[in-house]
Amino acid sequence: MESTLTPRTAGEVRDAVAWAVSAREPLRVIGGGTKASVAPPIQTGHTLTLAGLSGIVAYEPEELVLTLKPGTPMAEVTAALDEANQMLAFEPPSFAPLLGSSGTATFGGTFGTNFAGPRRLTAGAVRDHMLGVEAVSGRGETFKAGGRVVKNVTGYDLARALAGSWGTLAVATLLTVKVLPRPETEATVVLDGLAAEAAVGAMAQAMGSSADVSGAAHLPADVAAIVPDAKGAATLLRLEGFGPSVASRRAMLEGLLKSHGPRLLEREASAALWPKVRDATPFVGTDGAVWRCSVAPTMGPRVAAALPTGSRVMFDWAGGLLLVETPAVGDAGAAALREAIRRAGGGHATLLRAPPAVRAAVPTFQPTATGIAALAGRLRQAFDPEGILNPGQLGR
Amino acid sequence: MSSLAMPAPEAATLARRAEIVAALRAIVPGEGTVDHETGMRPYETDGLTAYRQMPFVVVLPETVEQVAAVLRYCHENNIRVVPRGAGTSLSGGALPLADAVLLSMMRFNRILDIDFDNRTATVQPGVTNLAVTQAVAHAGFYYAPDPSSQIACSIGGNVAENSGGVHCLKYGLTTNNVLGLEVVTIEGEVLRFGGKHLDQEGYDWLAFMVGSEGLLGVVTEVTVRILRSPETARAVLIGFPDAEDAGRCVAAIIAAGIIPGGMEMMDRPAIHAAEDFVHAGYPRDVDALLIVELDGPQVEVDHLLGEVERIGRAHGATHCRVSESEEERATFWAGRKAAFPAVGRISPDYMCMDGTIPRRELPTVLKRMAELSQKHGLRVANVFHAGDGNLHPLILFDANEPGELDRAEAFGADILRLCVEVGGCLTGEHGVGVEKRDLMDAMFSEDDLKQQQRVKCAFDAGHLLNPGKVFPTLHRCAELGRMHVHHGQLPFPDIPRF
Repeated sequence: MESTLTPRTAGEVRDAVAWAVSAREPLRVIGGGTKASVAPPIQTGHTLTLAGLSGIVAYEPEELVLTLKPGTPMAEVTAALDEANQMLAFEPPSFAPLLGSSGTATFGGTFGTNFAGPRRLTAGAVRDHMLGVEAVSGRGETFKAGGRVVKNVTGYDLARALAGSWGTLAVATLLTVKVLPRPETEATVVLDGLAAEAAVGAMAQAMGSSADVSGAAHLPADVAAIVPDAKGAATLLRLEGFGPSVASRRAMLEGLLKSHGPRLLEREASAALWPKVRDATPFVGTDGAVWRCSVAPTMGPRVAAALPTGSRVMFDWAGGLLLVETPAVGDAGAAALREAIRRAGGGHATLLRAPPAVRAAVPTFQPTATGIAALAGRLRQAFDPEGILNPGQLGR
Repeated sequence: MSSLAMPAPEAATLARRAEIVAALRAIVPGEGTVDHETGMRPYETDGLTAYRQMPFVVVLPETVEQVAAVLRYCHENNIRVVPRGAGTSLSGGALPLADAVLLSMMRFNRILDIDFDNRTATVQPGVTNLAVTQAVAHAGFYYAPDPSSQIACSIGGNVAENSGGVHCLKYGLTTNNVLGLEVVTIEGEVLRFGGKHLDQEGYDWLAFMVGSEGLLGVVTEVTVRILRSPETARAVLIGFPDAEDAGRCVAAIIAAGIIPGGMEMMDRPAIHAAEDFVHAGYPRDVDALLIVELDGPQVEVDHLLGEVERIGRAHGATHCRVSESEEERATFWAGRKAAFPAVGRISPDYMCMDGTIPRRELPTVLKRMAELSQKHGLRVANVFHAGDGNLHPLILFDANEPGELDRAEAFGADILRLCVEVGGCLTGEHGVGVEKRDLMDAMFSEDDLKQQQRVKCAFDAGHLLNPGKVFPTLHRCAELGRMHVHHGQLPFPDIPRF
């Protein structure tokens, strides 16, 4: 039997999970499904989609709080925030073009993956902005944690902890997230032609200054075509805020990095460029496998150096986030990449995109460290003792 | 001491005290194991001094191996453990138990690594909050979360409580500033979560650990992110004849896209107490006073001060003064920072509450609090982290007057229930501990609390770590794990399937 369950209320989500528990039938839990190809295939015929559980329930710009159902399309969220000059500060990527998926990205999928964009460097990831959750556990029981206020330490911080759990612990039915004012303006200082090591050094210098940089990325020459007037590699430093402040910080940053010959992208060019960094646009429509890796920023170039020939890499988060395209053959560089990350003091690599043959050979998620595996098993037991929700995700 | 039901001591543990002390001394020799009354006395309470309990024995390990060995021994022998940092908890998070090993982490006081290029500091948990900033200040960096106890409180305690401070609207709580932890489990296993990279792999163990109030594991190492200090900071005092206008002003500042470094509000009793104490130059003829601090580049601060002043005046401010020097800025803050001792001067005792409310509810809450003040016959002064809605009502009472402590506790409980009723929560930054434990059911259902306790079971199935804190009722993990499976049909058959 194959089925797609599209509950429209939290009660129906609970009924669906309770049925799956009683029938011992695993559920593939998705939002809009735009990132579903990232997750390893699950041996089940039953999909629980949250697309039917949609809508903004409460939005109070002056409280900086947004409460919504998980199936709410990201476009609807963005539109509502735009109207009040606010934003999700974690700058969620739109990976649908990269992954070649159709469908509508939802807030639930953003929550479940904890994927954040360039501003994560200073503003935090999805989890940093989560305030409250109502959910159905893999036991088929409804529970809530956190609340609807921006400062709350009442009980374990499950709203944050469930972010990035890939739907393996519980199915969210209502989410509250902190929102922030959108910057009045932005500009990007560009340094041309730096090698990765030098670029990471310049980015560290900028991040350590009081220029309050909100995005720091380095694009080697083979991915720099998205930068206007690129001359070889491009190192990008974004400034956001009120007009007079951006102007003053820009002058300060240009002074600080004078030896690298900085040039400026004004507001429109800057605003057009960063979404392409965020969404790994240089890798859209290519044949390669795509990885998303996080390491200590200064270790970025070292990890990149271990990649197989023919790889391309974009450095974000001042060098700490590597969006990598590798030839989609063999293990697509998995062993070399994960070993380099281990040697770099730790971090992780997630396989975002790969043909089925590579997928079959390579764990999508960073394998869980031995010491933590047993604890992770007990945590799963605490939420989903029958292993109903998204089995196979997150290295399980 | 006020009545507070703690888990009944295990007779088996009490009976074996000499043997247990000897075993612990073998692990942590010399003065690292304390079992005499005078040595244990300083540990009988924490920042919530209304509750006291002599520990069973105090252990002060110096190495991770010692921590692991102590916990392993306690686990094998079914002995309870109360972890403790600097002991500044305002919710009784480190309140001892008569049969529990009090595990003090204050000998873990070294700064292990400072990495300016990656903007991280790795420290042991007994390092004080302020010491982290002091260790990086020479290079122009600081550690952002700054709870008011920052001179004394430890980073380990900050992790346990997810501590905030006046700057957390802009810079986040502890949880937003921790990148990595080393944790010893009750079984004595040493685990590492996260590191110098952003976003750990797998489950978000940092989110589970930060704010878990010592119930899940013992932290032995913390990696935090450090930030470049703002170029400058200036503050403005804005006084309002009507607290409601002050509340609207705060909302308007945020609506204008401004997130101040700090935004504090005080009500009339708090203003008067503070002004009498430190002479900060606060106006006395206002019902509410805002301190708005803006930090960042000089140009930005000057620009936004103008905006904030304009918004204040548009909302009926009768008093508006911008700090013109670093000394003046410090004076503006001196009153707010001395608010607690200032209230201590006008009352023999006070109790500090810690609810959060949606800001728009402030006028309602202040009005109902005044009614509650009448009902309980006790005065109250309010200081308020206005930016994030975190309210600190200070209830004035005299513990030497029979019944006043009980009345103060009842008043406090009513205030916290009110916070929950208007859509807020029981605690914004002080933690649940023992203080708010029995109010948890005002905010959470039985199912909510059971799911939280299942998390506890994943870490500590024997309920040995800090029992009696956070949860009003302790359920056995076996009972919590039981499933009630309803054998049913596929639900809502009218839903389209493909």
